[in-house]
Amino acid sequence: MEAIYAFCVGILTTCGFFLVLRGRTFTVVIGLTLLSYAVNLFLFASGRLTIDGAAVLGQSTEYSDPLPQALVLTAIVIGFAMTAFLVILAMRSRADQGNDHVDGQVPTISNNSAASNSASSNKGNN
Amino acid sequence: MNLLWVVLLPLIGTLVPLLTERFGRNVCAFSVALLPAWSLILVLMHVGEIFDGEAIRQTIEWIPSMGLDLSFRLDGLSLLFLLLILGIGLLIILYARYYLSDKDSMGQFYAYLILFMSAMVGIVISNNMIQLWMFWELTSISSFLLISFWSHKPDARKGARMALTVTGTGGLALLAGLLLLGNIVGSYDLDTVLASGDLIRAHAAYPIALVLVLLGAFTKSAQFPFHFWLPHAMAAPTPVSAYLHSATMVKAGIFLLCRFYPALAGTDLWFMIVSLTGLITLLLGAYIALFKHDLKGLLAYSTISHLGLITLLLGLNSDLAAVAAVFHIINHATFKASLFMAAGIIDHETGSRDMRKLNGLMKYMPHTATLAIVAALSMAGVPLLNGFLSKEMFFAETLDQSMLGSLSWMIPLLATVGAAFSVAYSLRFIHDVFFNGEPIDLPKTPHEPPRYMKVPVEILVALCLAVGIFPAYLVGDLLHAAAFSVLANDVPMHSLSIWHGFNIPLFMSFLAMVGGITIYYNRRHLFEFQAQFNEPDAKYIFEGAVQSLIKFTQRIMATLENGSLQRYVFLMLLFTLVMSAYPLFELTQNAGSRPQLPIDGVAITAALLLIISAIATVIWHRRRFLSLIYLSVVGLIVSLAFAKFSAPDLALTQLSVEIVTIILLLLALYFLPQSTQKESSNRRLSIDLTVSALIGCVIGTICFAMLTTPLNSISDFFIANSKTGGGGTNVVNVILVDFRGFDTLGEITVLGIAALGIFKLIAKMRIYVPTRDDKGRPWTKDRHPLMLAMVSQSLLPLALLVSVYIFLRGHNLPGGGFIAGLITSVAIIQQYVANGVLWIKPRIKVDYQWLIASGILMATATGLGSWIFDKPFLSTWFDHFHLPWVGEFELASAMIFDLGVYLTVVGAVLLILANLGKLTTSERVDNKENV
Repeated sequence: MEAIYAFCVGILTTCGFFLVLRGRTFTVVIGLTLLSYAVNLFLFASGRLTIDGAAVLGQSTEYSDPLPQALVLTAIVIGFAMTAFLVILAMRSRADQGNDHVDGQVPTISNNSAASNSASSNKGNN
Repeated sequence: MNLLWVVLLPLIGTLVPLLTERFGRNVCAFSVALLPAWSLILVLMHVGEIFDGEAIRQTIEWIPSMGLDLSFRLDGLSLLFLLLILGIGLLIILYARYYLSDKDSMGQFYAYLILFMSAMVGIVISNNMIQLWMFWELTSISSFLLISFWSHKPDARKGARMALTVTGTGGLALLAGLLLLGNIVGSYDLDTVLASGDLIRAHAAYPIALVLVLLGAFTKSAQFPFHFWLPHAMAAPTPVSAYLHSATMVKAGIFLLCRFYPALAGTDLWFMIVSLTGLITLLLGAYIALFKHDLKGLLAYSTISHLGLITLLLGLNSDLAAVAAVFHIINHATFKASLFMAAGIIDHETGSRDMRKLNGLMKYMPHTATLAIVAALSMAGVPLLNGFLSKEMFFAETLDQSMLGSLSWMIPLLATVGAAFSVAYSLRFIHDVFFNGEPIDLPKTPHEPPRYMKVPVEILVALCLAVGIFPAYLVGDLLHAAAFSVLANDVPMHSLSIWHGFNIPLFMSFLAMVGGITIYYNRRHLFEFQAQFNEPDAKYIFEGAVQSLIKFTQRIMATLENGSLQRYVFLMLLFTLVMSAYPLFELTQNAGSRPQLPIDGVAITAALLLIISAIATVIWHRRRFLSLIYLSVVGLIVSLAFAKFSAPDLALTQLSVEIVTIILLLLALYFLPQSTQKESSNRRLSIDLTVSALIGCVIGTICFAMLTTPLNSISDFFIANSKTGGGGTNVVNVILVDFRGFDTLGEITVLGIAALGIFKLIAKMRIYVPTRDDKGRPWTKDRHPLMLAMVSQSLLPLALLVSVYIFLRGHNLPGGGFIAGLITSVAIIQQYVANGVLWIKPRIKVDYQWLIASGILMATATGLGSWIFDKPFLSTWFDHFHLPWVGEFELASAMIFDLGVYLTVVGAVLLILANLGKLTTSERVDNKENV
């Protein structure tokens, strides 16, 4: 089970970082959201995995570690606030700059723009 | 006595000239002199004790836990320097009164000067190394301000920058050296360090510490090869040159050598570095000085040469040589300061400092000429003047060493050569300026300066004479006290008299005189010889070095920092990858010893779903809506994972946050492009994908290694004390509202700030509201669907009831303020979605900002409340009560805190979403504000 869990965290990290590296604000926000899932799962994992051991006294014999849970709980809420701030910032950036590129301007040199039609399939293969 | 005041009085005095400047030049100069004079009197009151060999100490605790105290010490060496700094400083104040023109800002000049004076005083009376260094840096900064006082002159700016760069770099080296010394000794207290000389010299790090400290001293005292800044600092007004560049600042390096003499001197390494540097500086300075046509240039190189002489003496590792060094500090300060002032008078009254134009001034300013000639003779080392005495001692000491083995005879020989050049340039100063025919094209007709401008020069020249004739009577005690604190033990027998009989030092003096006169007589040949060489100008070399450094860094910055955030993120990720992957090479085994959980079918299905959705999010990321839908699937599975792995609170939180996040992103997407064009090249995509995949592998590996390592947590404490100490059985909630309540308070504050920031961003937003989607289909104008509105309206009380229930049970069962707040928010947002902003507006009249503020205030007040009961911030109180019909129930102060959390969460979420939602309607915030 641990291996699957760790693999999922790895996949979420990869997908999150790949999207963060893209140039458009909305995609970056999506990437950050994926990344925050990965981070929360990772932090949660520092308390190890327990099944049927909620940290409520008197309900089970062996308790899971409550401390990472408390930390992750606030992290989720703060993560929402951060995502919200970013996405509004992205909207504001588009309103003020006229485009939604993270650099504030769309790069003039576009490589392989002719091949854009096949782009999604390329990424799929990757 | 209060040593603090000795440094504090001048420091306060820095402000005086700025306040009194408006009352005229005399009042300004007089008021400026008051506080340093007071400080000098404070020092003089204790001369008796110091002469008896005592040292006065005072310590004021500052940060005792870090070993940082304000610590002062007044001993013989400090006394000597204090007399120089404050005494000559007062003379300079008087002199500058007449030197500065009406165009110069007198208040500013005096303020800088007094600031510098305080810094110097601070250096010499500090008894803590870090404190000493602080004052040391302050001298660098204040001297920068003084040198660049005429900031309209490019020379002044360049000279100041060069001085700051060289001495500042030396200061950093000194700091490193002092930290190292403090590390070796275990204390930054100067008394302790000076008493641990044997420990320091035996330590392996001694050579490094020594070189670093010497770098500081040599840069400050303009020793070869760092001497080049001093001539360029001559662009400063002459009072500054007289004060900083002859009497005080350049002596700070010498002071440092003297101060650390007991701790660092006495080794072969010390001898090799210090004496040879001193010797080279002595010869180089004396030689170049002869060829300078600029009066101040000549004096600057002469100063370099004399500083080299003192350094050489200190490097000889002999007690008597140290005494001679201290003596020469006094003598050099008196004759060189008076010479600089005389040069300033000449410059002031003739308009030139060029010795090729200045001739025969004896006729025009006989008084000044006489004073300057006496001082210059002292510089040359003529008998009956103080320069002669210390030079004799210097010759005697060069004879008395045998450190270079069979080559030791070279040192006295070279010393004589240096002295001969010293005689030659002194002669040139006298003969060229005051005799040698008539002046050539001077801008002004020379005449005597104002009466009081000469007074400081007269006092110093009188001292040169008096010390030269009655040395033992005038400076014997001072010299003894100062030498005593340099050597930190008994001072060897020395005789301060003019006549020691016919001996080798006297012969060397005679030789130097004859040699100097011969050199000066044959100067034409020497000038011709020197003219063959292209003299490298340190200014151009230095500027060139600085410029190429700047170009180099600009090139690096241009490649790294091209303004693209996308690129920065990539570079940061790459760096993170390297840093986090590197330690993994050390990890030989991935799986730890913790037993792993068995795999079940549900888990595999969920994991597959998560992986597919995550990858789908990436693949269709340019079709944003689709991507968002897949993202929500990922979020749901994450909350299921929390539920499976015994974290019900997390599962509830994740689920509700998921809902509000997706609604938020959907709303935002309405205003943003619905799809992205392909921009990145395939090459770039594959590079990005490789880097992200590598990071994913690293993180996954770490995660797996962590999961399989046995747990060693501090949580047993929380589990054991949750019920008894916090009064709740849900440990996660008790941690949030009690054990780590302060963290939670911080976090809801951040939440509130983020929400308010978003509110502000939305309020000023001028965004284009699309009427069609990206395929050109117009958005529907339908009213809100009736069924949805009816159902959600009837569900609202139920939802609120659930959230109250979740809130109340939170302390003992999964739930609590965060989750209840999110559920309430979702319920209200449901109304917004189903009925629209216009419908909600008259029905919910709560101001969400106030909700946030009252939530945070309530949580803070709960924390403060515990102070009333003399408990630490955020201590909880709880008790159990029994009511008829209801049964036993519990009341806890943590519930009020949790209520604060609840209100903040509701306020923040609704403030964000409701305002964003309003953008789509005529209820836009900016419309309201602008009407």
